[in-house]
Amino acid sequence: MQPFSAVTSHVVPLDRSNVDTDAIIPKQFIKSIRKTGLGPYLFDEWRYLDRGSLGQDCSKRPLNAEFVLNRKSSRNAQILLARGNFGCGSSREHAVWALQDHGFRVVIAPGFADIFSSNCYKNGLLPVTLDEKAVDDLFSAIRLRDDYQLGIDLQQQCVAIPDGSKLWFSIDEFHKNCLLNGLDDIALTLQDASAIHAYELKRRQLEPWIFGMR
Amino acid sequence: MSAKTLVEKLWERHVVRQDQNDFALLYVDRHLVYEVTSPQAFEGLRQAGRKAWRASTVLATCDHNVPTTSRKSDIVDAQSRLQVETLTANCKEFGITEFGYRDPRQGIIHVIGPEQGMTLPGMTVVAGDSHTSTHGAFAALAFGVGTSDVEHVLATQCLLVKKMKSMRVCIEGTPAPDITAKDLILEVISKLGTSGGTGYAIEFSGVAVHALSMEGRMTLCNMAIEAGARVGLVAVDQKTIDYVKGRPFTPTDDMLSTAVAYWRTLVSDPDARFDKEILLDATSIRPRVTWGTSPEMVSTIDGRVPDPALESDRVKREGMIRALEYMGLAPNTLISDIHLDKIFIGSCTNARIEDLRAAAEVVRGRHIASSIKQALVVPGSGLVKAQAEAEGLDTIFLEAGFEWREPGCSMCLGMNDDRLSSGERCASTSNRNFEGRQGAGGRTHLVSPATAAAAAIAGRFVDVTSLAYRSGGC
Repeated sequence: MQPFSAVTSHVVPLDRSNVDTDAIIPKQFIKSIRKTGLGPYLFDEWRYLDRGSLGQDCSKRPLNAEFVLNRKSSRNAQILLARGNFGCGSSREHAVWALQDHGFRVVIAPGFADIFSSNCYKNGLLPVTLDEKAVDDLFSAIRLRDDYQLGIDLQQQCVAIPDGSKLWFSIDEFHKNCLLNGLDDIALTLQDASAIHAYELKRRQLEPWIFGMR
Repeated sequence: MSAKTLVEKLWERHVVRQDQNDFALLYVDRHLVYEVTSPQAFEGLRQAGRKAWRASTVLATCDHNVPTTSRKSDIVDAQSRLQVETLTANCKEFGITEFGYRDPRQGIIHVIGPEQGMTLPGMTVVAGDSHTSTHGAFAALAFGVGTSDVEHVLATQCLLVKKMKSMRVCIEGTPAPDITAKDLILEVISKLGTSGGTGYAIEFSGVAVHALSMEGRMTLCNMAIEAGARVGLVAVDQKTIDYVKGRPFTPTDDMLSTAVAYWRTLVSDPDARFDKEILLDATSIRPRVTWGTSPEMVSTIDGRVPDPALESDRVKREGMIRALEYMGLAPNTLISDIHLDKIFIGSCTNARIEDLRAAAEVVRGRHIASSIKQALVVPGSGLVKAQAEAEGLDTIFLEAGFEWREPGCSMCLGMNDDRLSSGERCASTSNRNFEGRQGAGGRTHLVSPATAAAAAIAGRFVDVTSLAYRSGGC
């Protein structure tokens, strides 16, 4: 996993709550057996006027000019701003892969679905939770200025806004450490291999049927 | 010793190593794998030169992509076929048991786990699917994960997880006849909202919950995730034990007695404290129908589509307006004036034998309305299908004008050819009414199997509990 430190970027304001992972990456694209190449299909049903298919060249597809991702100001933005319960629904990690493949490094919202935020941490996408009022203010500020930029500092746990003030966010120490260092958590867990073996021995005494399947 | 909740008991039993704060390395007893969220996990293992830690704990099947028309021919869609074949190849390489495309035991992973006795009380169960909460009906700590965690569990048999907070949703009283688990859970979601359960494990308790069959409890726990909770739970009682006895992977003889003695302890202690408690009265619950594009957008069968103008919260109001536009509905429309194009009876929420019996009971001797373009019944597994056929349910459905299909996830998410076309309206027993979920532009109303069956006959929503309907007067 690529380490995460700081990002300064334009922001894409997606003014919706309950953005589900079906909307982030629709069903036909999760037939992919790879993690890469999903960016062009991000928010496919909102972004294009036709129905897309996996493997299709999206460069000639008719764009929905109304959708925020298609605005000029959204080009190269690495921060997505949304409303509450972002990433709800299906556990598909393809949603995170698609957001990242498109170029997003950070999603800011008043709340995230549990499985989605867990998937973010595993891939180095930073979910930043701010309170509803702060998110509302950011939406208002962006509406006034197309060139609005935010700076995200994970080490400091803050979002720097253009007027010089800072918004602080919290994150579990474990996730912060993994993100900052780009840690492979399978390798970390395997350092506990002997503890896992010892646990299995103990558990086998208590509930042998768990281990006696075949 | 202090009183403990069921989730605390399950959690403590599975802690391999307590980490700082609320994180623990948690041992995983059962891992259910299917074709969509696993290929990248197996690829990750291969790239790192890792093996499956304990392959015998894993059960795999294909469900999301499979066609439901016939198993005689191969899968036509090349991308679907590749995913299904990739799963088979991966299971072979890593020594994992798979119920493949033509296996009579193939089916939706959340139907076949309990059906096989792979899911047992007291276990931790994970799968790369959000509806893994289903298995909590057996007092198992079961939750959905992403592909990275699928790989993690395959490689280590463990997951680093943050301890969930506990919530008790107590549903007291006896509901009216024909009020199903689906109506109860839609009621719960309408009260909690789609993120009210975020960060929590919900234990469902109360008279109305323990009166439910195991199938009903699975429906309840299945949709805990639609309220944001990764985990739904029901404490062990005699019904739990009766259900699991005699299944292929359930212990037998002396080991069963030991197991049953332990399983009976899997209840919250009387004085246990929950982080949050909700009390609902089952006696007033009416059949539920969703009107919008989020499972919290729920009305009753005798209610109306709400008017966004009356919603004071701006973000909510705009969400309602967008949902109504997508759904092609005007505010204040009577739910019973909503006409349907398609009917879907199936999914990990409502494709078990009891669900099919409830729907068949309604359609017996009747015929679907001429305005219904398609009415599908998709059993949850090959074994559910065989059981239903042994009871003659297939004939009842076929004579009523339904299509009787092969098992799979089907139109719940439309990864195969079972989809809604743009603008089509469906009464669906599935779990998500998101935009495009059942097909781009498709309009989904979530309901119970009985309500879906009644809608198929009437061509519009009707109250399945009403006497007029019962006597054929709809």
